[in-house]
Amino acid sequence: MKRFAQLIQQLELSNKTNDKIAALVNYFNHADDKDKVWVIALFTGKKPKRPIKSALLKYWAINITETPEWLFAESYANVGDLSETIALLLPPAENTSDFQLHKWVEDLHDLEGKDDETKKEFILSAWNKLETQERFIFNKLISGNFRIGVSNKMLVNALAKQSSLDSAQIMHSIMGKWNPYEITFHELINGIHVNTDNSWPYPFCLAYALEQEPEKLGDISEWQAEWKWDGIRGQIVKRNGELFIWSRGEELVTEQFPELHFMIDVLPDGVVLDGEILAVQDKQVLSFSTLQQRLNRKTISKKQLEDAPIGFFVYDILEYEAKDFREEPLSIRRKILEGLIGGLAESPVMISPVINCHSWEELAELRQTSRSINSEGIMLKKLSSHYHSGRKRGDWWKWKINPYTVDAVMIYAQKGSGRRANFFTDYTFAVRDGENLVTIAKAYSGLTDKEIKEVNAFVTRNAIEKFGPVRTVKPELVFEIAFEGIAESKRHKAGLALRFPRILRWRKDKKANEINTLEDLRQLLASTL
Amino acid sequence: MALIEFTKRGIYCKQGDFYIDPWWPVDYAVTTHGHSDHVRFGNKYYLCHTLTKPIIKRRISEDLNVETLEYGESTIRNGVNISFFPAGHIIGSAQVRLAYKGEICVISGDYKIEDDGITTPFEPVKCHSFVSESTFGLPVYKWQKQEIVFNGIKSWVSDNIIQQKTSVLIAYSLGKAQRLIKNLAGDIPIYVHNSIANLNEVIIDAGVKLPKTIRITPETTKDELQKGIVIVPPAMRDSRWIKNLAQPVTGICSGWMQVRAHRRWQSADAGFALSDHADWPGLMEAITATGAEKVYVTHGFTAAFSRFLNDAGIEAAEVLTKFGQEDDEENKVDLADQNENK
Repeated sequence: MKRFAQLIQQLELSNKTNDKIAALVNYFNHADDKDKVWVIALFTGKKPKRPIKSALLKYWAINITETPEWLFAESYANVGDLSETIALLLPPAENTSDFQLHKWVEDLHDLEGKDDETKKEFILSAWNKLETQERFIFNKLISGNFRIGVSNKMLVNALAKQSSLDSAQIMHSIMGKWNPYEITFHELINGIHVNTDNSWPYPFCLAYALEQEPEKLGDISEWQAEWKWDGIRGQIVKRNGELFIWSRGEELVTEQFPELHFMIDVLPDGVVLDGEILAVQDKQVLSFSTLQQRLNRKTISKKQLEDAPIGFFVYDILEYEAKDFREEPLSIRRKILEGLIGGLAESPVMISPVINCHSWEELAELRQTSRSINSEGIMLKKLSSHYHSGRKRGDWWKWKINPYTVDAVMIYAQKGSGRRANFFTDYTFAVRDGENLVTIAKAYSGLTDKEIKEVNAFVTRNAIEKFGPVRTVKPELVFEIAFEGIAESKRHKAGLALRFPRILRWRKDKKANEINTLEDLRQLLASTL
Repeated sequence: MALIEFTKRGIYCKQGDFYIDPWWPVDYAVTTHGHSDHVRFGNKYYLCHTLTKPIIKRRISEDLNVETLEYGESTIRNGVNISFFPAGHIIGSAQVRLAYKGEICVISGDYKIEDDGITTPFEPVKCHSFVSESTFGLPVYKWQKQEIVFNGIKSWVSDNIIQQKTSVLIAYSLGKAQRLIKNLAGDIPIYVHNSIANLNEVIIDAGVKLPKTIRITPETTKDELQKGIVIVPPAMRDSRWIKNLAQPVTGICSGWMQVRAHRRWQSADAGFALSDHADWPGLMEAITATGAEKVYVTHGFTAAFSRFLNDAGIEAAEVLTKFGQEDDEENKVDLADQNENK
């Protein structure tokens, strides 16, 4: 555990990718094999089942430290992390010893089903054996996620470097279903489990935003242009008579979308399709807010099925006849795809159309019409491109339309969490509605650290009221808020909600009386319906 | 009538007609220590500890009218007896003890309990009322012994030297810098920024022993710096000068580094929880030792800390500081540092 604690500390101390990879490689070179499997599991979000509720951990910590509950809450607000707050509050350990990470995980696993007294005894004795940093990690093992800025890609790169295996193979291997209690490190990185598992998705190929003029990309005839759809990126996997739908979040969402289950009869075995899950009616894509009604639901009502019918727009084919086609050029993959799906008439699954265009100017003009078909811009894919694992510069670009913007005034501020726990970083914005201000969005990101400090100072000086962690501030600072969409909302006082609001820039040149009105937003909403 | 009151200009002793660490210019300013949020330009007279005098003259102006006291010495002003006791915060830092007609009040300024090896250690003073800071007034702030922290810094430096990286420690130039110099001095040469070197001279002239350091000049080579320890004030943090060093890595030395969120927010390469303020147990220990009937809590987690004291049976009041910054003192760029960087 000490070694793992050291790894976490190194990962946190550096903000440079190379340092982080070096720390990971160093860890994988020296750590126990069983521990390594758990580190991969934890970093890729395969949490062990929670044997104990975090509320109980908090309760025990409060008890043994005799900390009043309100003081614990104040401390938590400052620290921004429950596991860490507990680790810092506890008295120093009395008999430290170094158990391996997997041993702790297994011991915690064994607590499953035991009574609270046994659990408590185990936890208290563990706390007494661990240094502060190890305690924090131990608490995280029980209650939380390891968000320490290690992306899957980074982890895979480190494993590839350490093992000299191909990174795409490792990515494929660690992304899917495996049991950290059973698999060995060797089996895991060599992907022993991959072929035997029918559900395997591939890592998605992602695009960078196009920041240059498209003319710089060369001749348009070398490129395939498609609409960029605003839904949930997904993969449909059909192998050995089974159908799986994966979302981009590496989540299996098969059950959520019964409209797509017919594909089990349509697709031959050994096929993987990449595409977008969308709300679709009469072959027209509906708004994201319509699709939203269907997301993350355990049960789906008849009404929801009618109001927000699901479709799948296919972008690409990754596997065909049980063979990996990702190294074939896009032009070939597209032909196979057309042969396979092209004939599906009157079905909610269709190939995402290619935009036929002979010049960049023509395409730029078409791009301006994106919103009218609920698209958020254009995707540019090189016809010769492979299907890469993850994000790679050069072959795929997203050329999004500019977001909507609104000028709004900040009226509430709240301290952030995690890395921003001590600064007012979460702001609520309002527009004018007659004489009143009505809130329209909350945004966390978009300012530089320097600007955040400046806003922080303003909030400190101009706080009017205090509601717990929230400060009401003098409506004075105007910000330009960018957003991707607008929808009706009964939950919000304004009667509408913005999608993906973020701060585009601080309009120091504008005064609070120059901001947009609710009427402006209502008009925008009407124009999108 | 209470001996002190809290006004817009700062803590005021009406009977004696003087202020303690005033925020705005006044006639007579009793000064706890030389940090720029405690001592300001523009007061007619200053009263401070002997060691603080050359520091504020250097940092503010040579023309200041400054009277001094040693620790334990006293002076009388309009019948109020003023005496100084060590606060252990930085060199020359003093708790101000006021006595009038049997009533005793102590304004502690900033303080820490642990002996840092260079500052006269904190000494508890019995009093009726006590003004305490609460910069780290939450129970999650419990410092490790400084030896452990310094060992951590030393091994970080050694690793950096091996990896051809340049170790840059960020520490405010008055106090933390000297503490680092004193405790890190050894085989590895210590290079200091101008503002720190200037203060070191003043401090050495005043009779304090400091290990040898090297002032960074345009002639200092990157190679020399890479093999040494570089100490610069917070104002230099994002400077081009640091970026141009050989593989620079920065380490922030501040109590806030106790918490991961603060470490990451600062986006330094390393954070060392080393503070010149009392931690939670330190605050409690100091307050209990005064035997005070009434505690005024300023600077920091005032609300939480005073509530805790009240619940524990010690009458406490939160002083809404017009003269203090919100809970972020250690990270704030010291104005004096900025001036000296020009």
